[in-house]
Amino acid sequence: MKILVCISHVPDTTSKINFTDENSKFESNGVQFVINPNDEFGLTRAMWFKEKQNASIDVISVGGPETEPTLRKALAIGADTAIRVNASTPDGLSVATHLADVAKKGSYNLIIAGRESIDYNGGMVPGMLAAMLNANFVTNCISLEIEGTSVTAIREIDGGKETLSTILPLVIGGQKGLVEESDLRIPNMRGIMMARKKPLKVVEPESDNSATSSVSFEKPAPRGAVKLVEANNIDELISLLHNEAKVI
Amino acid sequence: MSVLVYTESHQGNFKKAALEAASYGKAVAEAMGTTLTAVTFKANDASKLKEYGVDKVLNIESINDFNAIIYADAIKQAAEKENTTVVILSASADSKYIAPLLAINLNAGYVSNVVTTPSSLNPFTVKHTAFTNKAFCNTEISTTIKIVGVSNNSFGLVEKTASAQMEVFSPILAESSTIVTSIDKANDKVTIADAEVVVSAGRGLKGPENWGMIEELAEVLGAATACSKPVSDLGWRPHSEHVGQTGKPVATNLYIAIGISGAIQHLAGINASKIKVVINTDAEAPFFKAADYGIVGDAFEVVPKLIEKLKVFKAKNA
Ligand SMILES: Cc1cc2nc3c(=O)[nH]c(=O)nc-3n(C[C@H](O)[C@H](O)[C@H](O)COP(=O)(O)OP(=O)(O)OC[C@H]3O[C@@H](n4cnc5c(N)ncnc54)[C@H](O)[C@@H]3O)c2cc1C
Ligand SMILES: Nc1ncnc2c1ncn2[C@@H]1O[C@H](COP(=O)(O)O)[C@@H](O)[C@H]1O
Repeated sequence: MKILVCISHVPDTTSKINFTDENSKFESNGVQFVINPNDEFGLTRAMWFKEKQNASIDVISVGGPETEPTLRKALAIGADTAIRVNASTPDGLSVATHLADVAKKGSYNLIIAGRESIDYNGGMVPGMLAAMLNANFVTNCISLEIEGTSVTAIREIDGGKETLSTILPLVIGGQKGLVEESDLRIPNMRGIMMARKKPLKVVEPESDNSATSSVSFEKPAPRGAVKLVEANNIDELISLLHNEAKVI
Repeated sequence: MSVLVYTESHQGNFKKAALEAASYGKAVAEAMGTTLTAVTFKANDASKLKEYGVDKVLNIESINDFNAIIYADAIKQAAEKENTTVVILSASADSKYIAPLLAINLNAGYVSNVVTTPSSLNPFTVKHTAFTNKAFCNTEISTTIKIVGVSNNSFGLVEKTASAQMEVFSPILAESSTIVTSIDKANDKVTIADAEVVVSAGRGLKGPENWGMIEELAEVLGAATACSKPVSDLGWRPHSEHVGQTGKPVATNLYIAIGISGAIQHLAGINASKIKVVINTDAEAPFFKAADYGIVGDAFEVVPKLIEKLKVFKAKNA
């Protein structure tokens, strides 16, 4: 089985978000970047398929040279080959278009992406990619088992979960549950050394397509100070929620 | 030209998020000087849609179970039939599953997590959350057909009387190799996605045996229950309740956080909620900086009292 894991290179979850150029650009200076958490769960699940079912794993990221350390980290965790599509990414459609070009050539059986990235949170790349490839698609995927070409997947739905049966080729939008937090791997010294020798291919984009463009960013309005209520004065809290906030 | 909204239903009843999407769709249609058509699956009683500005309903009866690829294909055909230029979907799990597939089917630009009606129709510009609620972004869609995914509780329900003329629509659909084999869902519980109030608790509760009062508080308020990440990692609560940057997003009218410190990753996921209440023993807990109302106190004393008082309040205001 050939697996492609899509890796989005995102600001660490503790990052403060700021903008420059009159609020038209994200300020990446001083920001630590990591593998998108949803992609880390996916990569770890891919490692299980590699170790137990002999799968091969390519990881891919669309972006500039700054994404390479993130790809190296994925190699250190255990991916075999990394691919960077050297392109800017104005929107999810452009990312999906570049991923589809590579995916078509590589004839992958399984493409693992994340449910959403924690930067633009579009939740759109995996679905667009599946539609472009005419592949099956399961998002919010919290469990994935594969036997031959038959797939059993579990998807989180509002208020519960749903079990699906489908076949390869398949694209998933993965998340926590695909593996547990405790299964995530921190690259060890050996992995890091090996990663240096593994191929990281840079490919130039073949086609381009985008449909949306971000024109400006805003930060949420600063909020007023919290109103504190005494622990023995619950009636006041209820009155505030009812009369002032009007939420109960 | 028309605006099309996908109004999701469950066992024939429309979800609140679907009615909110319809309200939003009506506002866009009015701005554009056109009508609003709803596309529904097996919703035989569309009268509810009359109250939210829907002019016409295309009801699809020929599909049994939910299947994102087939639904996206059907909605595409409805959009073509109606000469649609703007398609609206809600932020439910199923709608978010369908939307990117539909975007490719229709060659449409898609923006999700949208929180306001377009600030301009030409260029078509919408505002949406980004960086897990740490910021907003104004985005232009340049394609002829635009798809907007509306965030829960961002626009609200706006009543507008319309005729909601029902028409049976029978798209031509392919077979799918994806089949739902089982669904595991508590039908009586309010879900985080649909809830107007969420009661959430963290590690301050000490152990899973103490969640009785959280569930009771949620029941009194008609709320969904949620938890911080360590609580689900420890197995005290199911993963599906984990909210925050790496869990489920919460955008409710009221979010009550009990024994949760207010770490940046937690706040990022719940910030879109309108009113936040925090109950925490530690006056220095970061959550107090992000909340509207707070009680510095012990959850084990405050919550039972809150339940009692709310029961009295609810009985009076029922
Ligand atoms: C990559 C990454 C992603 C993350 N994503 C998320 C996420 O999505 N969601 C999330 O929630 N966290 C997330 N976290 C974890 C986050 O950083 C915090 O560790 C977590 O939110 C803390 O949970 P907590 O507030 O329940 O526990 P704690 O931080 O232990 O806080 C417990 C609080 O309870 C209070 N308390 C104690 N006893 C009582 C009492 N009797 N009554 C009232 N209050 C009491 C304490 O004063 C304290 O403030 C993430 C972390 C990382 C590194
Ligand atoms: N620039 C990128 N390169 C590779 N994969 C990406 C990129 N952006 C997004 N993805 C994948 O698509 C998923 C969802 O991203 P999004 O649609 O942006 O929320 C991510 O979790 C990644 O798996």
